[in-house]
Amino acid sequence: MNLVLFHSSFWAATAMIAAVVLSSTAGEVFTAAAMKSIGDLDAIRARSGLKGAILAVLTSPLFFTGVFFMAVAFFALLFTLNHMNLGLAGPATASLTVVANALAAMLFLKENVDRRRWIAAALICVGVYFLAH
Amino acid sequence: MVLSLVAVCAPLGNACLSKGMTSLPALSVTHPLALIMAVFTPWVALGIVLLIGFFASYLTALSWADLSYVMLATAWGNVVVELLSRFALHEAVSSERWLGVLLIAAGVGYVTPGASRTITPTAAAGKSEVPQ
Repeated sequence: MNLVLFHSSFWAATAMIAAVVLSSTAGEVFTAAAMKSIGDLDAIRARSGLKGAILAVLTSPLFFTGVFFMAVAFFALLFTLNHMNLGLAGPATASLTVVANALAAMLFLKENVDRRRWIAAALICVGVYFLAH
Repeated sequence: MVLSLVAVCAPLGNACLSKGMTSLPALSVTHPLALIMAVFTPWVALGIVLLIGFFASYLTALSWADLSYVMLATAWGNVVVELLSRFALHEAVSSERWLGVLLIAAGVGYVTPGASRTITPTAAAGKSEVPQ
């Protein structure tokens, strides 16, 4: 593979950002599903102590699935930052992740993403875009 | 407090990772070991410590709030970084960036007074989903 072409390609940048956003969203959805099934960590800690709270998290298969995808997202981000500026990669991944998470939370976690949250997501996306310029 | 830790640790951790990774020579997908060794450089390691703090507080927040709420309510971390750049590091902040700060602040300010968790029929009936 010609590394120079790969580095300068628009599609390569798009693929890198998409890999970060999709793996990050998958990780966050699985982790959120795990924490929803475990319940309020503060309540568990009050009842069973810190050890009980840690045990409740570490015995959840959904949590480890989430961690796996977060690890994929982490190394994808490291790779992306090595080839792109933070000024482009940071806002692009951050703003797209906000929208992807809201969509995934509504579809897979059945969260009530109401008009208030969509308006806030839109404001934050545009805000992050302006921060990059 | 928990949402504040989520908001501050994530952008600072990412900034440390960026500083660490951009100071390294270009890495290739054909040499994955070099990518793993990058984890042990000082800035990347500091970034990882901050991201561990982020993750612990993030898990706690997700245990009592919706993912779509936590993601939006913690976006003000970007604003914190911008304010630190301007007032602590005395960097120039353009009018476009101030507009970004205002939009994010408006978005966070708009979403945080809303419900933090979707009420399911099970939760509404008062049944605990916490394993005993």
